[in-house]
Amino acid sequence: MELELRGITKRFGSLVANDGISLAVAPGKVHALLGENGAGKSTLMNVLYGLLQPDEGEILINGTGVRLGSPKDAIAAGIGMVHQHFMLVPTFTVAENVTLGIEQAGWGGLLDARRTRSEVRELSHDYGLDVDPDALVEELPVGIQQRVEIIKALVRKADVLILDEPTAVLTPAETEELFRIIRQLTDRGTSVIFISHKLREVQAIADTITVLRRGAVVGERAPDATIDDLAALMVGRDVQLRVSKPPASPGRVVLDVAGLTVVGTDGQTCVDRMSFQVKAGEILGIAGVQGNGQTELCEALMGLRPTAGGAVTVDGEDLTTATPRRRLRSGVAYVPEDRTDDGLVGSFSVSENLILDTYDRKEFASPLLPGGPRNLRLPEIAKNAAERIAEFDVRTGSASTAAGTLSGGNQQKVILARELGREHRVLIASQPTRGLDVGSIEFVHRRIVSQRDHGVAVLIVSSELDEIYALADRIAVMYEGKITGFRDPDVAAAEVGRLMAGGADLTPGLTPTEPEPVATEPGPVAPEPEDAPEPEEKP
Amino acid sequence: MTTSTGPASGSAASGSAAPASPKLPALLPPGSSGAGWGGRFAAPVTFAVFGLADIALFGIHARGTATFAFNQEFAKATVPNLALPAAATCYACGALTLVLAALRLLIVLGWPATVATAVGRRGWRRLLLGLVLFCFVVALLAWSDGGQAIAFNVVDLLSGTFSDSIPLMLGALTGVICSRTGVINIAIEGQLLLGAFCAAIATSVTGSLWLGLVCGALAGSLVATLLAVFAIAYAVDQIVLGVVLNTLVLGLTGYLYNAIMIPFGNTLNNPATFTPVKIPLLGDIPIIGPVFFDATVFLYITYVALAGVHIGLFRTRWGLRTRAVGEHPVAADTVGIGVLAMRYRNVIASGLIAGIGGAYFTIGSVGSFGINMSSGEGYIALAAMIFGRYTPVGAVLAALLFGFTTQLQSILSSINVPIQSNLLLLAPYVVTIVVVAGLVGKVRGPRAEGVPYVKS
Amino acid sequence: MTEPAAPAREEAPGTEPSQHYPFGKIFSEALEANNVTVTVLALVAATVLGGILCAFTNPVVLHAPGAGAMIARAWDVASGTYVALFEGSVVNPHTLAALFQQASIPTAIHDGFLSAVFGPLSETAVAATPLILAGLAVALPYRAGLFNIGGQSQFIGGAIMAAWLGYAVNLPVFVHVVVCVLGGFAGGAVTGWVVGEVKARTGAHEVIVTIMLNYVMQYLLAYLLSSASLLQAPGSPNPITPPIASDAHLPLLAGSNLRINAGFLIALACAFGVWWLLNRTTTGFEFRAVGANPNASRVAGMNVERSWALAMLIGGGLAGLAGAAVIGGTDFTLNPQSYGTYGIDAITVALLGRGSPGGVVAAGLLFGALHAGSPGMQDVTGTPVQIVQVLQALIVLFVAAPPLIRTLFRLRATRAAARGAGTSGAAMSKGWNA
Repeated sequence: MELELRGITKRFGSLVANDGISLAVAPGKVHALLGENGAGKSTLMNVLYGLLQPDEGEILINGTGVRLGSPKDAIAAGIGMVHQHFMLVPTFTVAENVTLGIEQAGWGGLLDARRTRSEVRELSHDYGLDVDPDALVEELPVGIQQRVEIIKALVRKADVLILDEPTAVLTPAETEELFRIIRQLTDRGTSVIFISHKLREVQAIADTITVLRRGAVVGERAPDATIDDLAALMVGRDVQLRVSKPPASPGRVVLDVAGLTVVGTDGQTCVDRMSFQVKAGEILGIAGVQGNGQTELCEALMGLRPTAGGAVTVDGEDLTTATPRRRLRSGVAYVPEDRTDDGLVGSFSVSENLILDTYDRKEFASPLLPGGPRNLRLPEIAKNAAERIAEFDVRTGSASTAAGTLSGGNQQKVILARELGREHRVLIASQPTRGLDVGSIEFVHRRIVSQRDHGVAVLIVSSELDEIYALADRIAVMYEGKITGFRDPDVAAAEVGRLMAGGADLTPGLTPTEPEPVATEPGPVAPEPEDAPEPEEKP
Repeated sequence: MTTSTGPASGSAASGSAAPASPKLPALLPPGSSGAGWGGRFAAPVTFAVFGLADIALFGIHARGTATFAFNQEFAKATVPNLALPAAATCYACGALTLVLAALRLLIVLGWPATVATAVGRRGWRRLLLGLVLFCFVVALLAWSDGGQAIAFNVVDLLSGTFSDSIPLMLGALTGVICSRTGVINIAIEGQLLLGAFCAAIATSVTGSLWLGLVCGALAGSLVATLLAVFAIAYAVDQIVLGVVLNTLVLGLTGYLYNAIMIPFGNTLNNPATFTPVKIPLLGDIPIIGPVFFDATVFLYITYVALAGVHIGLFRTRWGLRTRAVGEHPVAADTVGIGVLAMRYRNVIASGLIAGIGGAYFTIGSVGSFGINMSSGEGYIALAAMIFGRYTPVGAVLAALLFGFTTQLQSILSSINVPIQSNLLLLAPYVVTIVVVAGLVGKVRGPRAEGVPYVKS
Repeated sequence: MTEPAAPAREEAPGTEPSQHYPFGKIFSEALEANNVTVTVLALVAATVLGGILCAFTNPVVLHAPGAGAMIARAWDVASGTYVALFEGSVVNPHTLAALFQQASIPTAIHDGFLSAVFGPLSETAVAATPLILAGLAVALPYRAGLFNIGGQSQFIGGAIMAAWLGYAVNLPVFVHVVVCVLGGFAGGAVTGWVVGEVKARTGAHEVIVTIMLNYVMQYLLAYLLSSASLLQAPGSPNPITPPIASDAHLPLLAGSNLRINAGFLIALACAFGVWWLLNRTTTGFEFRAVGANPNASRVAGMNVERSWALAMLIGGGLAGLAGAAVIGGTDFTLNPQSYGTYGIDAITVALLGRGSPGGVVAAGLLFGALHAGSPGMQDVTGTPVQIVQVLQALIVLFVAAPPLIRTLFRLRATRAAARGAGTSGAAMSKGWNA
C-alpha cells in the first residue's frame, strides 16, 4: 500500500502544530519521522490515525484521497498504530486483547477461546512474534506488550504500521528484537512509520528519514546521513533564547546526591545509582529524553517518592528520609514538572497559592491557643500577595482570582514567586518553561539565572535542549536512570543529543561516577555495555 | 465553576482534565501499598484467634448433648439426627482450627518449601479459611444447642439462608455488572425497594404474579436508567448520585404507600406470593434437595442470573467488551467499541436483576409492601460485591455469608440461646471493614470504575 | 467562601458582542454564571414535580369529573399542600389573627397566643438543629475531599455518650449539660476518626467504611439498649434508656411553650466555627488544599493523611453533637428510633448547601421547615409526610446536574459556564479507586 500525505496543516488556536507537511511512504519500507518533543510528530500521526482532522491537506492511499474520521476508518483503510502508551487492557490475556472489538463469537456471543488462542498463536508464530496467548498482559514485560500491540494491528490487516516512540520504553536488547520484527514485517510488504527522536535507532532501521522541527519538514535524509547532520537538523543550529549571563562563580557544594536509586511502582529501577553535586552559584542542567527517570529523580529529591538507596544532603544536612515539609524548611525551593497537578491548587486564589507551603509560618499564622488551630493573618497574606504579584509581574485580575484561570506563564510566575519568596539555598526546577510563550520563557530564565548569581545552587531538569543550553553552567545527560555524561555548555548540541539518545560517553575523564565505557559495538543499535539490562536489585 | 464550590472543582478551574496520571501511585500514603493491617501474619493470627474462641468461648461453656436435625417435615427420604457431645465438639473444632493456623503460619514462612508451594496456592488458602469458618460455626451451634431439648435443624438454617439472601445475591450481581462496566452503583438499595413496590402493585392489580415479576424488574431498570443518565450524560459524582437516588426511591415509595396503598390496600397492596416449586427427583435428595431445589422461582432465577452473569462476563463477546470498557475505556474506544453506549446498556439492563431481587421482598416472601422494606440490603449487596472481589461467584458467596449470619441470628434467638443477637448481626460488618481495609492494594476494582468517560 | 463565582469575567474580552443580545438573554446569562440561579431553579423544578406528584395521587383529584375539574382540583391540592407546609413551619395566619383579637398584648402573651404565633418557627429551628449539625458533618470532610455518609453512625456514637452522661452521672446544673454536649462531640468524633484513620492507613474507601460503620453502630446501639446491665432502663421491657436528668436538658430559649433550645444556638455556633476553621485557620487551609488538590498539597509539604483523619474526627464530632442536641433538646431518652434518617438527610443538606457552612445553615433551615411543617400538612391535606423526602431528593438531584436544569429551563450556557460544568463534573467524580 502506498500512503501519501500532502500539505497536512493542523492548528490548535494560534499554534501551528503541523505546517504543510508532505511525505510519502513506500510499500515495504521503514519511514522514520525524526524530531524533538513538540516537533509535531504525534499530531501528524493522530491525523493519520483518524483521531484528529487536518485543517488543510489530504491523505492519499494508493493514489486516491481518503477521509479518516475516526480510528475505525483508519483501521478499515489498513492503518494500524502502536501508541506510545499502549492501548492494552492490563487484566486481559494476550488473546483477549488482540481480538477485542473483532471477536469471533458463536451462538449467544459465546467466545471460542480455543480457536482465538490458536489463531493468535499461529499469527504470532508466523511473524516470529512468539507470545503466549494465555499470558496476562499486565504480567508481561513492556517489550512483549509491544509485540501484542503489533499483533493487534496485524490481525486487523494493517498495511501501514505506525510506531509512536516505540523504543522509549524498551531496553536495548528489546529494541534490537523490535528491529528484527520490523524487518520481518517490511519483508512481507508492510510499511512502517517509525517515530523517534533517537538518532542512532532511526539510522539503524529507517529506509528514509524525514526530520520535523517546529511542525514543519526541515529535511529528508537517507539513513547513511551522519549523526551530526541529523542532530543539527533536528535540534537546529541556532540555539534560541540564550540568556546573556555572566560566567558562574561556583562556591561550596550545597546539594549532594550520592548513589540515589529509585524503584518505580512497577518494580523497575527508574533512577539507578545517580550521583551529582550542585554548588552554590551554579546551574546544573539535567538534559535527557523524557521518561528516563527525571520525574522520579525530582520526586525522590523532594521526598515525594521513597528511595531505594543512596543519600541526599543539603549543606551537609542529611535529607534522605526527610518529609517533603522538612526539605522545604531546609531551604529547598521546588518548581514541579506538572504545574496544574503538583504546583498549584487551581481553585485557590492567587494569594492562597502564594502561601501554599508557608501558610503555617509565624508571619502568616498567629496561634490562638497552644496546640490549637492557628489564625491566618489575612492582612499579611494580602500584603505578601501584593508584593509577590508586583515583583514577579503576575498578570491577574486580582489577588483573589482563582489560580487555575490564569495563563500557564502566570501560573508559573505564581509558583516561582512562592518558591523564591522564602529563604532557600537550593532551587530544583523541573521542565520550568514547558508550554509557556516566549515572553514567559525569557522571564523564567532570567529569574533562574539571577538566583544563581545570588548564590543559590540550581538544578534544572529539562527535556528541551535549548533550555539546557540557555541556562546550564554544567550539563549532565540522563539516560535510562543514569547519567551518561557531564559536559560543558560549549559542547556541540549534537554531542549532547547523542548522549541523550543513549550514545556512549567518549570522554571518560569527565564522568565522575560511571565506570569507563567500552568502545561502541558495531551492532545496529549500539547498546552500550553500561546500558545493558542488569539483574534487578531487591529494594 | 458553575456546578460546585466543592473540593474537587479545583482542578476543573485550572482547566486541566488531567488524565489518570502515571505518577499517582507514588503519591499514595506510605505503607498503603503494603499488606494492610498486620502484614503477612494477619491470616495465621486470625485463625488462631478463631481456634481459641472455639475452645474458650464455646467449649468451656458448652453443656450436654447437641442434636442436629437434617430433615424437614414430610421429607420422603430421611437422614438420622446427629447427636454430639457439645463440649467435645467445640474442643475438637478448636483443635482443628489451631492446627490449620499452624499450617497457615508454615505457608507464610515458606517452610517446608515443598508443602508451602503445594498448599500455598490461592485455592488452598481459601479452603483453609473456609474450614476455619466451618469449625467456628459448628462449635457455635454445638454450644448453642448443647443441653437444649430441641434439635437444631440445619436444613432450615440453610434453606432459610438461601431464600433470604435472594435480594442480596441479585443486588450484588447487579453491582458486579455495573462496576465491571465502569459505573459505581450505590443505587442498588433504591432498585430493590422500587422493585418490591412495583411488583406488589402490579400483582395486586393484575392478579398475575409473573406480570408483577416483570414490573418489579422494570422498576429496577427505571432507577438504573436515572443512574445511567445522570452518571454518564451529566457526569454527576456516582456515589453522591446513588445515595440521592436511594433517598428519592425511599421517599417516593413511602409517600405512595401512604397516599394510595393504605387507602386502596385491598386492590393495590394485596398481592399473592409465589409458592415453592419442588424440582422433581432433585428436590427429594436429603439435605441438598430442600436447600437447593425446593424454593420459589426466585431462587431458580438467581441460579440462572449467577450462571448468566458469570458466563456472560467471562465467556462472551459482551463480557469481554464490558470488562474492557470498565478497565481501559480509551483502549476499548480505539478498537471501535462504543464506550458510552455500552455503559448505558449494561447499567440499564443490570437494573432488571436488582428489580427482580426487590420483587422477592413482596411477591416472593411477605406479600404486602411496607415502607423501607429493603432496609439497607442494597448497601450490604454493595459490600458483598467488593467482598467478593467484583466476581459474580464471589459476590454471591459473600451475599450468602451475610444472609447466613442473619438467618443464624433469627434461629438462635427463636430457641432462646443466651447470645446477644445484635452482636452476631454486627459481626459481618466489622469483618467487612477489616477485609476491605486489608484488601486495598491487593484487590482493585475495575480501573475506570466511577470515572466518567469524556472524549477529548 | 473564597471561590469567585464569576468565571465569565475571566473570559477574554471581545467574545461577547453584547449589543446584539436582547435584554432577557443578558439577564439570564448574568444569572446563570451564578450557583444561586441553579439552586433556585432546582428548587422550582422540585417544587413543581412534588406538586404534580401529590396532586395526581390524591383521590379527590383522581375522581374528578373531566379534565378541567381535575386540573382545578390538582391545583387546589398542590397549593393546599404547600400552604399547609408553610403554615406549619413559618407562620399560620390564624394564630396571628388570634393574637391580635386579644384585648391586651400582655395577657395574650401570658395565655400563650404569642407562643402559638412563633410555634412553627420554633419547630423549624428545632428540626433544623440536627440537620445543620449533621450537614456540617458531611460538609467539612467534603471540603477535605472525603464523602462522609456515616452521619448515622457518628450521630449514634454521640447520642450514646450524651444519653449515658445525661442519666448516669450526677453533676452540677450548668456543668452537666456542658459535659453532655462535649460527650456527644467526643462520641461522634471517635466514630468518625476510625473512618479517617482506616482510610489514611490502608487507603480503604471511606464510603464503604462509613456504610459498614452505620450498621455496626446501629446494632451496637440495639445491643446496648437491650442489655439491662448497659444502657437499658431498669425494669423496662423496651429498648430504651432511662430519661436524662433535667439538668442535662439543653436550656429552652423562648419559654416553656416553645421547644426551641440552646441546641439551635450550638448549631449556628458550629456553622460559624466551621466557617472560621475552613477559611481563617491553617488547619482549614490544609483541609481545603487537600480536598482540592492532594498532589499539590503533598508537594507543598502538607500531611494529607493527617488531614483526612482530622477532618473525619471533627466531622464525626459534629454529627455527634447532632445526637447530643436531639437527646438533650427534644427526646431526653435514647431509643432505636432516635437516629431517624439524619444520616441521609445530612447528605442532602450538605449537597444543597454546596459544602459551605452558610449554605448548610440555609439548607438545614429549608429542610427543617419541611420536616416541621409536614405533620400539620398531613393532617390538613392528607398528603403523606414522605413528600418531604421526595422533595429533598429531587432538589439535590437537580442541584447536582446543572446541565439538566439549563436544559429544563432552556437557558443558554455561556461558554465559560459550559466548560466549567463539563470539566468540574468530571473532576467531581473521583472514582472508587482514586
